[in-house]
Amino acid sequence: MTDNNSRSTSGASVSARSLRDRWFAYLANHHWVARESLRGLLQVWLASAMTWLVIGIALALPTILYLILSNASNLSGDWNGKPRISVYLQSTVSVAEGQAFAQQLGSQAGDVSSLEYISPAAALAEFTERSGFGDVLQTLDRNPLPAVIVIEPTSRQAAQLQLLIAKLESKPEVESVSFDLVWLERLFAILSLAERFVIALGGFLSLGVLLVIGNTIRLAIENRRAEIEVVKLVGGTDSFVRRPFLYLGFWYGLGGALSAWVLVGLSLIFLATPVEMLLASYQGDFVVSGLGFNESLLLLASGGGLGILGATLAVGRHLRRIEPS
Amino acid sequence: MIRFDQVSKRYAEGREALSRVNFEIPDGDMAFLTGHSGAGKSTLLKLIIVMERASQGQVFVQGTNLNRVSRRQIPAIRRDIGVVFQNHQLLFDRTVYDNVALPLTIAGYQPREVGRRVRAALAKVSLSNKEKQFPIALSGGEQQRVGIARAVVNKPSLLLADEPTGNLDPGLSEEIMNLFVQFNQVGVTVLIASHDLGLISQMNRRQLLLHEGRLVEDRPAILTVGSDDGQ
Ligand SMILES: Nc1ncnc2c1ncn2[C@@H]1O[C@H](COP(=O)(O)OP(=O)(O)OP(=O)(O)O)[C@@H](O)[C@H]1O
Ligand SMILES: [Mg+2]
Repeated sequence: MTDNNSRSTSGASVSARSLRDRWFAYLANHHWVARESLRGLLQVWLASAMTWLVIGIALALPTILYLILSNASNLSGDWNGKPRISVYLQSTVSVAEGQAFAQQLGSQAGDVSSLEYISPAAALAEFTERSGFGDVLQTLDRNPLPAVIVIEPTSRQAAQLQLLIAKLESKPEVESVSFDLVWLERLFAILSLAERFVIALGGFLSLGVLLVIGNTIRLAIENRRAEIEVVKLVGGTDSFVRRPFLYLGFWYGLGGALSAWVLVGLSLIFLATPVEMLLASYQGDFVVSGLGFNESLLLLASGGGLGILGATLAVGRHLRRIEPS
Repeated sequence: MIRFDQVSKRYAEGREALSRVNFEIPDGDMAFLTGHSGAGKSTLLKLIIVMERASQGQVFVQGTNLNRVSRRQIPAIRRDIGVVFQNHQLLFDRTVYDNVALPLTIAGYQPREVGRRVRAALAKVSLSNKEKQFPIALSGGEQQRVGIARAVVNKPSLLLADEPTGNLDPGLSEEIMNLFVQFNQVGVTVLIASHDLGLISQMNRRQLLLHEGRLVEDRPAILTVGSDDGQ
């Protein structure tokens, strides 16, 4: 950009070269600066590794929380213990009427995936068998149990379930509807709260990463003060002077993101087996999912981006002050 | 061409370092700037490469009024001026080659062209065999010559030097001065601040004498070689 300034009044030195030559030289300089700044970091690898690790931890924390969250919502989505709605009918409803009502519910496409009518007699038989209170029940002169229609709804989303339940409750044949929706609602509420928490935490820690990189770059600028002065003295533009520091920030950020990626991977290995074992007792085979390709890419890009941003901020503040004197 | 038109410079703290200075150095000329310590020699050179700005008056370099030059335009001005300054010497963590190559890298030359020019510049200061060395391994005079190579590598039309023979022995000082003469002979305008009066009179060039910020004498070169110019 501005590196290619040439003064029309100046001699053959700058202006005689073609635009194409200068463009290639510009790219070559980018390439060279990128390589040199990375090499500089690797030369003092221990100090660089510390910075990478600090950035890595800051990036890994929200990433791990994000993974926990996305696994949790997978979990609630794939819940194997399918929700069931028990619809208790009025005692005045006869078996024939009840069966007709059940049929009518079943024919309403969409809401109901399957249903079963259980007559008071069948309910009593099942209860007698399960509870072992058969003798006691036989002393009763009347069956106290109502008829039940057990519905398996198609939807598992709290809002739609609530709608279905309200509809069922409004029917005259229905005495009451029971469904434990509260736990589902709570889970969703907790998930969305946790989501906000992760976003906020991610924001804070990104700010931390910016500060770490900004401060590291500030030190680098201080260390290369003499060089910056000489470069400015012999006509280095602001963007030329800035370039190595922006690349430095980029490498810090990218290296930090890479170490975050490794940290996340290690944590998953550490956590996955116990989590899967725990969940196996509740439901079938749950597999903890790690970072996918796109998510990994996003992590690396955020690291590199934060690096460049942090360096830009530091450079803007400190580079202007350094002038040859 | 350098032209000073009623130029005064007052630093934020302190008195006037330059007062109403007027002079003009045409293209291809070579001149010395002399005067006691604190007379304003360095200040005058700094105005030419826009390290400092004039408080009053106008400085023209190659027809550009430096008062009108914005921060963004400064690099382009500086690329056409070679400087040899005491406190902006070599970078000690880079080889001689990389030090000399710096202005070319900045100006965006291709590596091949950079190599060609750096070798030519090092050859001119007789340091061709030292390009892979680090400055720390060089003598004071050799370091000074690397600095000069860096100043001329981009073929500037103007060369400024502030005490280029500062702490060198007389033999080396003369060698350095002769280098500047050679650059002047190929058309480069040269302005050198120095208080090595013996050497300066020997060179027989135009002299600008500063005293407490004022230009008190502008003595032209004496054409008859070998004459005693009044010591
Ligand atoms: N950055 C500065 N801030 C304040 N005063 C300064 C600054 N630089 C120089 N001066 C003052 O300006 C005056 C001229 O200084 P300058 O460096 O131009 O002198 P000089 O002729 O180069 O001297 P020397 O031969 O010792 O190098 C001096 O009085 C000096 O103290
Ligand atoms: Mg001085």
